[in-house]
Amino acid sequence: MWLNPSNPQLNRQGQLHHLLSLEGLPAEILWQILDTAKSFVGVKVKKLPLLRGKAVFNLFFEPSTRTRTTFEIAAKRLSADVINLNISASSQSKGESLLDTVDNLSAMHADMFVVRHGESGAPHFIARHVAPDIHVINAGDGRHSHPTQGLLDMYTIRHYKKDFSSLRVAIVGDILHSRVARSQIHALTTLGCPEIRIIGPRTLLPPHVEQLGVHLYHDMRQGLREVDVVMMLRLQNERMQGALLPSAQEFYKYYGLTEDKLAVARPDAIVLHPGPMNRGVEIDSSVADGRQSVILPQVTFGIAIRMAVMSILAGNK
Amino acid sequence: MRGAESHSALCTLHSALCTRMKIHIKGGRLIDPGNGVDAPRDVFIAAGKIVAVGEAPRGYTANRVIDATGLVVCPGLVDLAARLREPGFEYMATLESEMEAAIAGGVTSLACPPDTDPPLDEPGLVEMLKFRARNLNQARVYPVGALTEGLKGARLTEMAELKDAGCVAFSQADAPLTDNQVLYHALQYAATFGFAVWLRPQDSALARNGVAHDGQVATRLGLAGIPVCAETVALSTFLILARETGARVHLARLSSAEGVDLVRQAKRQGLPVTCDIAVHHVHLTEMDIGYFEPSSHLIPPLRSLRDRDALRAALADGTVDAICSDHTPVDEDAKQLPFAAAEPGATGLELLLPLTLKWAEESGTKLPFALARITLEAARVLNIDAGRLTPGGAADICIFDPERHWKVDAGALRSQGKNTPYLGLELKGKVRHTLVEGQVVYETK
Repeated sequence: MWLNPSNPQLNRQGQLHHLLSLEGLPAEILWQILDTAKSFVGVKVKKLPLLRGKAVFNLFFEPSTRTRTTFEIAAKRLSADVINLNISASSQSKGESLLDTVDNLSAMHADMFVVRHGESGAPHFIARHVAPDIHVINAGDGRHSHPTQGLLDMYTIRHYKKDFSSLRVAIVGDILHSRVARSQIHALTTLGCPEIRIIGPRTLLPPHVEQLGVHLYHDMRQGLREVDVVMMLRLQNERMQGALLPSAQEFYKYYGLTEDKLAVARPDAIVLHPGPMNRGVEIDSSVADGRQSVILPQVTFGIAIRMAVMSILAGNK
Repeated sequence: MRGAESHSALCTLHSALCTRMKIHIKGGRLIDPGNGVDAPRDVFIAAGKIVAVGEAPRGYTANRVIDATGLVVCPGLVDLAARLREPGFEYMATLESEMEAAIAGGVTSLACPPDTDPPLDEPGLVEMLKFRARNLNQARVYPVGALTEGLKGARLTEMAELKDAGCVAFSQADAPLTDNQVLYHALQYAATFGFAVWLRPQDSALARNGVAHDGQVATRLGLAGIPVCAETVALSTFLILARETGARVHLARLSSAEGVDLVRQAKRQGLPVTCDIAVHHVHLTEMDIGYFEPSSHLIPPLRSLRDRDALRAALADGTVDAICSDHTPVDEDAKQLPFAAAEPGATGLELLLPLTLKWAEESGTKLPFALARITLEAARVLNIDAGRLTPGGAADICIFDPERHWKVDAGALRSQGKNTPYLGLELKGKVRHTLVEGQVVYETK
């Protein structure tokens, strides 16, 4: 059949109405977000009035410190009123349905929902049910997508490498469970990166992932050869409990980023990590804190990216 | 639209009178695959039975003539899997609502899986269901009994007692049976009495946490996958144990190319197994999940286009015996959730006919062959005397307009479950009259 619905993120004019995923977004919108973020990075003024009088609700159904904090800072710098809701600890435990929660919060005159949820597709679900003037930003859903993380990674790469059209990028680790990896892959292909490699054991690579336009490597030294960018992923501790991996030690030995493995990459290669890091599991401290690491600038750029997304959405009706 | 409610009430009140009713179905295209008929033929009914096809018997005077000009007259549909949700899930659907849906869909015989609450594992429950269904005087209900107590996969049910209470086969529905020794013994025990065992092949460990085919769509959307090997591993076990025990095994709801291929090989080797697929899987693929569409969250999962085409090929070559509706009414609250959390399943009783017709049209399958998948062949799997229109047999008949378009919307569906990926779309083929035992139990203009 193919019901093939239209992209739920765009309004009738083709502008961004929700930010749910980077998949299917035209390159112009990604460039617009990156350019807008750049205009915020140098700004000395603490507060901009772009979201004055607007209410941004941070709906976190899953715990998060970094993402929630950077969204909060970004919204406050744009002069929005920010309401933080840690929902796993309140209404959901009382049995209120997701839809009821969203209806109730909409009735409180929200302008924007920033949603983190453990289920893939939850922000899509919320976007489908909110009033048409409310914008939804996905702050990470299940294994599906983490678009602002993907965008801040693109910002970081662009900051250090200027141009995507001649880059060789490697994404390393647990791709299967990673919403960050999916967002990175979509963003890189849209922005014209010619070679994306993903590196990991077969148990941590999703089926048919090569159809996303990436090359598969199981040997990290081969995969890192001559790359310009190394994007490490967090390995969740619970992955060790099933039969996906034997131990953190073995993973570190074969897929942990160490100085000697990084040495096969280009000498000016940069190293990214979405945080929080497991030092000694997926990355060695000497690399995490080393000269090629851009992990801390990523966090700074993250605020600018989130400001950019919120200000663009607020301007689109 | 004339209310089937009022009509069936009338029939219940005057049941004695109705069964004596003589009905002449005139001018229709009779498609009766069991008797190799596809021709303009009249059908004559008296005392609940078909008395003649073609020419009226001598001295026959009808009390009622149904003008079937431009319509297809075929055996009443036989559905191998329709959840009626009673007992236990009345908030999702009731026997009344789903039996109305059945006759509105032209279904005159249906098998209901044992996954009720409590499951159909006691003769009393089965008798009660049969009794309640019989009183509604609509489609015939054939309960499938639980293979193990509480569907827990540990202890056998009293199969012989359940059979006496009215069960036609035994199954685990979608509940896992992880202990192969229990399965082995269940098949041996069923084989002792010649009972049929219906099994849906899915290895529960390989499918653990999975909600979608582990193909490119699940990868893109970040949904946990159910690999094809979950189906083929279980299927291989079932086929080996069927051969070993001699039990009559029916394989339910196949979903993959590799799955139907295993059944094809087994049948070639002479193993007397049968199998079915759900009508949604004849049409839909993983692509229909779109942007996390909960109505496309089905069990088994919608698979790739290649799998769907293989299912169609297996229908064409007879590997797949029957198409069922896999009718699963779900209340709106249970579907209004993110994809993985939404209750799986789709309503199907009223879509079985139009979606089968759609497949016939798209694939160039001849109508008698297509209709046999939802009448004659399904009745063979059920091992009941139905699915054909032979003089002397019960007059269970579906009369439908093959050209009539209708829109699938909440108002058009009698089932309490409005959950279907086809909601809002138009389908072709509308039931006009449904007769059970010579009574018109449903009709619409």
